[in-house]
Formats: sequence, structure tokens, C-alpha cells
Amino acid sequence: MSVHPTLHPTIDQQLRRSGSSRRDFITLCGKLMVAAPFGLAITNFVSPEAVAGVVGKARRPSVIWLHMQDCTGCTETLLRTSEPDLAALIFDVISLDYHETVMAASGSDAEAALKDAMKENDGKYVLVVEGSIPTKDNGAYLKIAGRNGIDMLKDVANHAAAVISIGSCASWGGIPSSNVNPTGATGVDSIIKNKPVINLPGCPPNPYVLLATVLEYATTGKVPKLDALGRPKFAYDRLIHDHCPRRAHFDAGRFASQFGDSGHRQGWCLYKLGCKGPVTHAPCSTRHFNEVVDCWPIGIGAPCVGCTEKDIAFTVPIFKTADVTHPVPPDFYPPIYAEHKGISATATGVAGLVGGALIGAGLIASRKMNEGSSDEPKE
Amino acid sequence: MNTDRRSFFKSIAAAAAVTAIPTAAIARAKKTAPPDAVGLLYDATLCIGCKACVVACKDANNMPPDTSGYGRGLYDAPDSLNQYTKNVIQLYKDGGETSYAKKQCMHCIDPACVGACMLGALQKGKFGVVSYDVSKCVGCRYCETVCPFNVPKFEWAKTAPKIVKCELCKHRLADGKEPACTEVCPRKAVIFGRYTDLLDEAHRRLKASPNKYVQKVYGEHELGGTQVLYLSHVDFEKIGFRFQQPESVPHLQQSVTHGVYKGFAGPVALYALLGAVVFRNRGKSEKES
Amino acid sequence: MQTHAQPLGGALFTRAYLFLLALGAIGIALMIWRFAVGLGAATGLSDGYPLGIWIALDVVTGTALACGGYAVALVVYIFNKGHYHPLVRPAILTSALGYTIAGTSVAVDLGRPWNMWKIPLYFWNWNLNSSLLEVALCIMAYVFVLWIELSPAFMEKWSVDGPPRLKRISQRLLPILDKALIWIIALGMLLPTMHQSSLGSLMMLAGPKLHPLWLTGWLPLFFLVTCLAMGYAVVVFESVFSAIVYGRKPEFAMLRNLQKIAAWGGLFFVIIRIIDLAFSGSLHYATTLDLYGTMFWIENVLWLLPLAMLAGPRANLGTLFRGAMAVALAGAVYRFDTYLVAFNPGPGWHYFPSVPEMFISFGLIAIELAIYVAVVKRFPILAAVKEKSS
Repeated sequence: MSVHPTLHPTIDQQLRRSGSSRRDFITLCGKLMVAAPFGLAITNFVSPEAVAGVVGKARRPSVIWLHMQDCTGCTETLLRTSEPDLAALIFDVISLDYHETVMAASGSDAEAALKDAMKENDGKYVLVVEGSIPTKDNGAYLKIAGRNGIDMLKDVANHAAAVISIGSCASWGGIPSSNVNPTGATGVDSIIKNKPVINLPGCPPNPYVLLATVLEYATTGKVPKLDALGRPKFAYDRLIHDHCPRRAHFDAGRFASQFGDSGHRQGWCLYKLGCKGPVTHAPCSTRHFNEVVDCWPIGIGAPCVGCTEKDIAFTVPIFKTADVTHPVPPDFYPPIYAEHKGISATATGVAGLVGGALIGAGLIASRKMNEGSSDEPKE
Repeated sequence: MNTDRRSFFKSIAAAAAVTAIPTAAIARAKKTAPPDAVGLLYDATLCIGCKACVVACKDANNMPPDTSGYGRGLYDAPDSLNQYTKNVIQLYKDGGETSYAKKQCMHCIDPACVGACMLGALQKGKFGVVSYDVSKCVGCRYCETVCPFNVPKFEWAKTAPKIVKCELCKHRLADGKEPACTEVCPRKAVIFGRYTDLLDEAHRRLKASPNKYVQKVYGEHELGGTQVLYLSHVDFEKIGFRFQQPESVPHLQQSVTHGVYKGFAGPVALYALLGAVVFRNRGKSEKES
Repeated sequence: MQTHAQPLGGALFTRAYLFLLALGAIGIALMIWRFAVGLGAATGLSDGYPLGIWIALDVVTGTALACGGYAVALVVYIFNKGHYHPLVRPAILTSALGYTIAGTSVAVDLGRPWNMWKIPLYFWNWNLNSSLLEVALCIMAYVFVLWIELSPAFMEKWSVDGPPRLKRISQRLLPILDKALIWIIALGMLLPTMHQSSLGSLMMLAGPKLHPLWLTGWLPLFFLVTCLAMGYAVVVFESVFSAIVYGRKPEFAMLRNLQKIAAWGGLFFVIIRIIDLAFSGSLHYATTLDLYGTMFWIENVLWLLPLAMLAGPRANLGTLFRGAMAVALAGAVYRFDTYLVAFNPGPGWHYFPSVPEMFISFGLIAIELAIYVAVVKRFPILAAVKEKSS
């Protein structure tokens, strides 16, 4: 229930109110289409204008954003966009009702803001969680406003419509959970079982993936299709390797062996430098960061570390080559039995003619031989 | 006439006795790997199809690029072993089941090509490597015909054509280095070593991961044994190994030929017999005429 | 009993003869071209099928068809049927030409023919396990032997009205040759026994690439039996053909006997082959009518046809001619099958001779025929015409 009806207008209305340009919004929709090319209702259109038309009619979803054991990198990734000023746009598109980093309030005002936001949008808000949740020693390693992280999470999640774990930390524990894991850091879905949890791993993940997920939910009321690990298929169903711009080098056996060697400088495949692209599901190879082309690890010549994958990131050494267990070959690869040059029709024709003519001539000639000689009466 | 027919059968029987006694043939002893035998072990479960080995082989052997086929005149993209390619990676794909397969000379323990070559251009030499000496080659392509793995390839495009095949980088072995393909493989999917060590390692892997592999080391027994061994997670037929029988290719032909010729004794005996008969008949017919 | 051979005489450059010469010239031009452009461009050969018709037709089938000399020599010199003697010389001529053309075909087929001389000379490099080496050495020797066996025909003519030098040499050599003839004739029977059976063992080494209906340890014997049958058939074919073309009276009874040997030989081959297949457990392949089963039965039908023809009510020259054609065809199909059709290098490979490749073969055959006709017309090869029928 809303206190003020205009507090939750449609996105179109909010855009008009805030003075953000329509062109910037359409640009945003275009970028959403790149981030989510398949599998989302909101981007299943031919043009950004069409996407804008659908998204614009959605009600600005209320978003409550919790920070757990985090570095705030996922927030930064959302904010560190500039073309257009996405930070501003975000606040037109979603209603960020609680966010410890960017909100103006602090102290008891902040605690009150959270309570209010939860009450106003009870059962309707999207909870975004950033950072892992320590579970060891009853979660004593994280206390916010006097509560353990676990308790805070459970409380806020209970009144949420859906939970999005942004970043690897919230998805499966991230850096804090790496070897020894002194705090018993874990992801959201190990704790929250009674609400739909969408994992958006990455360190950090791509901000457009978050936006697309939230908007899909706001527009359709449904969570996008998820894989077995709770990751949206539209972004995480593909390996970096399968969409990597350097894949041709991999296929041709051209590898950089050392940083700065001639292969590296020519932009060759980074597999031998430990690139985890072949075993990492993430959208980075198609949707780069910071609105700068090739602004992503492989693009700048650093091997992918597999930051989205629990089994890889912060576990397998960065420069150790990936252990590819199910190689998915490119479509164009020499088969076991290649097809070689076929049989010429002309040649077959000539052979047939000659053979037929010879046998025919022989038979005809033999008929002529029938007269003039025959079986002798005596042996 | 009856006499002619009878005579014919007699002559055939005589010929049969002299020319073909396969069942009574001297059994040819089974060949074993030489004591200094080296080889390769290729583990298809480790191969990622990067083709670094294809590139390295071309480099190490000064091979020209192969731009026919997939290369469409622009790219060096061999689709099988050929006159420009001594080593190739192929792909088996059937629905979800995939495997890469590295193909090169198998360096058989009892090679068909060595048995075929008239002047011994193909020989099993140092370390058991099947090597090629072009000075003894007349380009008859009999070796190509008989190889069960279709390995030796002919330079069809050249006016002075040679046979082209992997020789296990014998020029690098001579320098104490390993073959180019094993040196460059980023996953160590193909490794080089003493044949006996590789066989042991292959069996160790089979035992350690029984569910990962087809429980067979291809090349241990097949076609008399090969010094290049294969491990795979799919059936070996699927990755292009058509034949599984333990008998080496030369065994049948050489058993028969040796059994019949018995060195030179067979032909000499036959010649003596023929000469004697002709001589006797000549005498007879001269008397009659 | 011996009829003396005589040159046939008559004009050489008939229309048919000019056609043969034209074909031969085309063949020679194409051979030069083949050496200029390489085997890949000139032929339909490939890595899957490295051996093609120059081997399967010109060498393997060609030499089998050239086994007339061998076949008749057995009848005349081993089984002492002297009245077949008039057939010897023309058969030896065919053999000599056939084998020489086969040798030329090999030289054209080889990738590095300039190393060919190493085969007979570099005996320290000989791989005695190689059937191909045996074939090569034997055929080289046999060509030599055949021309020596044939040389009396040339020397008889030259010793009478050749140029003075040749006359003297011929007169001196003829008696020497006569004395040595026994050992040359015996060699002329030993060598084909060896290499025709080796042409069979050659394909034994193809091992699992050869279909079980053809792969057997008995290949040498099968090739030997079939080559003899083909030899007799070719003698019949030639004799009937030249009798009709040159208007001579053929010795029908003799020819029918030879055709009978060929026909029964074919039956013998079919029987022992089927027995071998039964023992080796491969006979069931004959029950599927795929390419291999079908070709197997085509071979058998062709082998059995001649007997059927001979058993017919009124055998005449035409019957003999057709029967001989059937035997030759049966043998040719068997050899083509063994070398090409039953040879399976795996999926993706195909072979069919290219047009230039075929015309090189045709050209070589045309040259062979042209030389045959020229020799037969100018030298005493064919037996003199008899006045009465025998």
C-alpha cells in the first residue's frame, strides 16, 4: 500500500518528472538488449524503442539493497557508468528505497528508513543483497545496527517478493569464502529458502544484468529463467570461451606464452596464461564494462579468472590452465572422416561408353562368326 | 577333350602344391617393440582441441600451409593428414558426445608400410620410429595402400613427389629434444616417453579413473601393437580407429609368402622341375616327328 | 606337324590402323602432360585410393590377359601337345607386348620413376618381404625373357632378307637361341607363376582394408588360376579374331579345347573360392546384396557363363569368341574388385579414373595393338594358312 500514489509512478512518468531525456532512456534500453539478447520478455523486441515502450509502462519497482561482507564493488559497478549518466537513470528506473552506500541518511535515520521501506512495500519489494553472509559463531562476524547479518537478511527477505544476490559473494560466498573461510562466509541461497533467489555472480557482475533482471521482474512479475545454480540463463548460459573475440586464436593454436611477448601483444589467446574462459559462465565476452569497448579482462590482455564460478574463482590459481572436461567444439571443425573429392560424371560417362561399345562390338562381331564354322562331327 | 581337362587339373594341382600352402605356412613370429622404443600417449579426455600441436608440427617440420578445404585459400586449416600435414586434430561429435582425436603416424611395431616398401625406403629405425628415406622411394604408393591407419600421404601436386608422414620428429630426438607436438601441448594431452613407461602410465590412468575412460589402451594389442597409444572416453571406432584385431597387417601375407617361397628354394625347385619336363618332352617330340 | 609361320603381309595403314595410331598419339601426348602437371592433376587418384586403373587395368589385368604365352607354353612344352605349337608365337608376341605396355604403365604411374633402375640393381636394399618387389623384378625379367623367346621370329626373317648386318647377327644367334630355348622356355613359365601369384599376395597386405569376400591367404593361387584361364581365353579370342579379320581358317577343335580349359578353370576357381570362404566363415557376406555381395555374384556369373555357352547345342566360333570374352571379363572384374572395389580406405574417399587417365590407358593399349598388327604383318608370327580344314 502506498502512502503517496505518485511515489510509485510508472517509469515513463518518473522519467518525465525527473527530466531525464527520453533519448538516454532509449539508449539504456538498447544496452539492455545487448546484455540480454535472448530469453527475456523485456528485450524480446526488434528495436530499443519497442523495449522502451514496454519498460516504460512498468511501475518503478521498489528495491531494498543490503550490504553484507562486501567490498561495495557491485554497487560501484552499477554507479560507475557514465554514458549516459546511468546512475541518474537508475534512480528513475528503480526506486532505491534503502542503500547504505548512497542513501543520505545514517545512524538511526537509516534504520528507520529501512523499517519504513519494508512496511510501505511489504511483499512487493525486490531485495538485492551484496556481499557474503558469515555464518560461523552464529554470524557474529557481521553486525549491522546491532543485528547479526544472518538475522537482518532473514528479516528483510521474509517480506520481499524476490531476492537478487548480486555478485559472487552474495551468490556463493565470493572472496571471503576462499580457502580456510574463517568467517564461514556463504551465499544468500544457503540461508534464504522460502523466497525465489536469483544469483548474479561476478566480481563484479555486469550492471546491465542486474537492471535487466529487475526490470523483467517489474514488467512481467516473473523471475527470468534460471539455471541449476539459480543464475539467469539469459546471461549465464554461455561460456566466456564460446563468445570470446579471441576464440579464433584458440582454434588456430595461437597462444600468448608470457605477458608482453609477441603473441600477447598481438592479442592472441590467453589460455596458456591461465584464462578460465573455457570453464566460466558469464556474459562478459559480449557485454563489456564501463561502456568502453574491450574494457573487460581478456580485452585488456588479462586472463579471465573465472570470478563467477565457485569452483574456479579464488580457488584455482589464476595462472593455472583450465581443466576443460567437456570441450564444446566450434561448429566448423574437421570431422573424423572428411569428405574428399567425388567422382566426375564425365569420366563415368566416358568409361561407360567405351566399355559398352567394346562389349557391344564384340558381341555383334561374334554373331557374324556364327556362320561359316560349327561343331565338328568328330572329336 | 578329356585328356586336356585332366592335364589341366594336374597342372593346377602341381601349381597349388608349390605356390600356395597358407595353412601349412611357417608361422611368422610375432614382433615386439624394440628395447629402445619410444612413443606417444594421447589422452583424448585431456585434449581441448586447441591445435597447438598441429601448428608446432608444421613449424618443426617446415611444412607448407594447407589452404585447400576449410581454409578456402586463405587459412591453413587441414582437415586430415595430407601432403602438407603430418599431424592433425579431428573432432568426433554425435549429439552431446564429443571427443577430439589427434592423428599422426602410429609407429606400428609390425608396420604394413615397412613390409610393403620395395627398397626399404620406410624402415623401423632408431627408437622404433618408422622413418622415410626418399632416396629409396620410387613413388609407387604401395605403403599408402596398405597402411591400416591411412597415414602415409603422397605429394600429388609435385613433379618430384615424396611420401609425407610423421617421423616422431626424429631430427629433434637426435638433439635430445622431444617431438614438437608433445612439447607444445598446454594440457599435456599428448606426452612423449619410453614406450614401456607410457604403457604403464596409460594403465595407471585406466585404473585410477575407471569411469572416465573406455577400459582399453588402443595400440597395446591392436594390429600387432603400435608405439603411439590412445586413451579415450568414447569408443575407439568413433574417433576413427576402424580396426581392432590383434593380428598385425603383414602377418598373413608374409606367412603365406615365406611358406611358399621358403627363401629361394621354392622357385629354384620349380624351375628345375619345369626345365626337366621341357627337356624330356623336347626329346620325345623330336623322336616322334 | 609343325606349320611354318609366315608374315601376314598386306597394307599396314588401314583406316582402323590409323585410328589406333591416333589413339596412341593422344596417349603419348597425355603422358607427357601427366609428367608436367603431376599425378594429382592428371588422374583421379587420391590418398584414399593411391592405386588406380594404371595398376588395376594396365598392369594387373593387362598382364593376366598377356598370359597367353604362359598358358600355351604349358600346353605345348609341359603337356607336350605339339599340335598347339602354331599358337605359341602369336601368344608370345601378345605377351611380350602386353608386359612391355604394363611396364610402361608402371613407369607412368610411379611418382619417382627415375629411381626405377634402383629396383633391379640395388639388391642390398631389397626388401624380400615385399610382394611388389617380387612383382617388379619378375616382370622386368619376364619382359626380357619374352622378347628373347620371340626373337627367333625376327631373326628368321632377318636371316633371310634383312639388312646385311642384321642378317649376319641373326644367322649366328639363331642356333644359339635354339639350344638355350629349353631354359628360356622354362624361365618363361617359372616367372609368370611367381609374379601372377604375387599380384595376388600384393593385396593380401591391404589386410583389413580389403573386404572379406576377397581377402584370403589363397589370393596367390586364385590369381594364378584365373590368370591361366584368362590366358587361354585370350589365345582363343585372338585366334578367332585374327582368323575372321584376316580371312583365315581357324583350327576350331584346338580352340575349343583351349576354351574348355579356360571355362573349367573358371569353374574350378569359383568352387575353391567358395570352399575357402566357407572355411573362413566369410561366406555370409555373399548373402547381402550390397556393393560387395553384388560384385561377388557378378564375378561368379561371368566365370560360369563360358561353361554354359560350351554346353549349348551347337558350339561355333561365335560361341568360343563370346565365351572367351566372358572369361576375360570375369578375370578383369575379379582383379578390379580385388584392387579397387573391395578395397575400402574408409568413409569420404572416392575413386574414378579421370578422362586423361583413361585415355593414357587407351593410348597404351592402342599402341600395343598397333605394334602387334605391324609385327604380325611383317614377321613370321602367325601360322601359314592350311589348305584343308583339320
